[in-house]
Amino acid sequence: MTAPADAGTPLQPGDHPHRPEAGAGGAGKPTPGGRGGRQDDRRLLRRERRARWDVKIAPYLFVSPFFVVFAVVGMFPLAYTGYLSLYEWDRTQYARGGFAGLDNFRWVLEDPVFVKSVVNTLSIFVMSSIPQVIIAVTVAALLDQQLRGSTFWRISVLLPFVVAPTAAVLIFGSLFADRSGVINEVLGNLGLEPIRWHVERWWSHVAISGMVNWRWTGYNALIFLAAMQAVPRDVYESAALDGAGRVRQLFAITLPMIRPTVIFVIVTTTIGGLQIFTEPRLFDDTAQREGGADHQYMTMTLYVYVKGIEDQFYGRASAAAWLLFMFIIAIVLVNYLVTRWLTRRRAL
Amino acid sequence: MTRRPGPLVYGLLAAFVIGSALPLYWSFMIGSHTRERAVETPPPLLPGGHFFENVSRVLDTIDFWQALLNSLVVATVCATSVVVFSTLAGFSFAKLKFRGSSSMMGFVVMTMAVPTQLAIVPLFILMRDYRLLDTLAAVALPTLVTAFGVFFMRQYLLDAVPDELVEAARMDGCSMIRTFWTVAVPAARPAMAILFLFTFMQVWTDYMWPLVALQKTETLQIALDRLALTGQGQTTDYALVLAGTAMATVPLLVLFVLSGRQLVSGIMQGAIKG
Repeated sequence: MTAPADAGTPLQPGDHPHRPEAGAGGAGKPTPGGRGGRQDDRRLLRRERRARWDVKIAPYLFVSPFFVVFAVVGMFPLAYTGYLSLYEWDRTQYARGGFAGLDNFRWVLEDPVFVKSVVNTLSIFVMSSIPQVIIAVTVAALLDQQLRGSTFWRISVLLPFVVAPTAAVLIFGSLFADRSGVINEVLGNLGLEPIRWHVERWWSHVAISGMVNWRWTGYNALIFLAAMQAVPRDVYESAALDGAGRVRQLFAITLPMIRPTVIFVIVTTTIGGLQIFTEPRLFDDTAQREGGADHQYMTMTLYVYVKGIEDQFYGRASAAAWLLFMFIIAIVLVNYLVTRWLTRRRAL
Repeated sequence: MTRRPGPLVYGLLAAFVIGSALPLYWSFMIGSHTRERAVETPPPLLPGGHFFENVSRVLDTIDFWQALLNSLVVATVCATSVVVFSTLAGFSFAKLKFRGSSSMMGFVVMTMAVPTQLAIVPLFILMRDYRLLDTLAAVALPTLVTAFGVFFMRQYLLDAVPDELVEAARMDGCSMIRTFWTVAVPAARPAMAILFLFTFMQVWTDYMWPLVALQKTETLQIALDRLALTGQGQTTDYALVLAGTAMATVPLLVLFVLSGRQLVSGIMQGAIKG
């Protein structure tokens, strides 16, 4: 880390003394190993000027590839969604029609299938996020101890995370199959009626939430664990001396202290959970694959896909996409407030 | 220590891990039985001897190797690009002073909250207009950069590179790009590996966007989808489908076994700083 004394170029943009131009123009490379004093001087000057530009320009050059690509493939399409949602679109000619104002939004909001997809999305989301977060906190609390082979346990709980949702749905689809599925067989052996997982609305939501929970619970447990490990141990010891049990400690100490992480997990789970697509798409065993014969488990993202890509109603699909976005923001806000309230610091 | 785990803790953890592994075990097992045996009652609980038979049936049904190659290409390109651009931008945001940096970073964080899936319709139209539909380029384009990557690298580099080190390199007469190369990149290497791993997995497991962007070309997830469609409904050939999912899952399982430790530390790191 030592800087040789001879390299005298000042660093910070503000530090540069403003020197008069030395007429060196910058054309041609400095003669390597030039000895003459004037030449040396000029070379230094040129180098200094280059360094100053470098300090000013380089940060922008470093961030610009990201922003340029992001503008093209990220921001522009998003803005374009907003534009599309305000126009009629001719499906056969693939041409923009007249200005529609909010007609597309009205159409979508009045579409019973869309309304159904909103309810389904919410229902699947609630069934997947609440148990997921509760189990993840529990598993994290279990992992946050002096375990033998702690690395093994940590890696093991992450196993489902590397399974693609596509593969997960196919596997669960066979487990939850209405006729030949293992789960129904077990139910039968217990003397219970088989459940028509693909047909009945709420049961299909249970099955789909199960897949989501399976994939993400271990991942979230590790995030909780990371935060829990930062909680000082002596706090627990004094709490134990005060007679607080494990569960009490979790609610009175751990959760309030890892509150930012809890909020982080809730927000990311919300954003992800409200966009569920792969599961309802692949779980479907009807030919249309629009979330079941009666759209009983069609989600909002699936609605956007079906309307936009399959049916080519660009305007309506874009309107639905914006509604989904606003829906996500609203739920994130609600969840944020609820989480803050739940994890507020309480007296022991 | 007040927290010494008893057998109950190990038991609960073991139950959780078994629950995590069972569905995978199930797919490998059914995938190793004949089509008929796969739907018999009681279901087979041990692996059978027909796995390679099913594998060859999968290879007859879908172009598995091509799909695998396509997924590999797309995931590698995206992960490389995300890592390069994010490290550059992350270093700039973390260690260089320039006008507008904080508001630009604020913008990056904000866009992280906007789900890119919302833009599938315009992205589809754009790809069609530029005749990119059904190419791997169309699959890769939207993930060439991610806001998360920039955020992640910035957080990491804030602590990983001391300011004095950057200054010293500048004192030595390093240009900015050289400083980046000799000071930031070596320090960022662990984070780069994790970001690569994450982006790779994210692209590899993505189903929705390839479904929109591709028609005849297949990534692994699209190929699996086609495989599942071959016997939809009551006649689903579970031996075939689950052998396919097992085959498609193996590459990531290998990656998981090789890099489990980094994966865990990456998740835990992202969380502390997130």
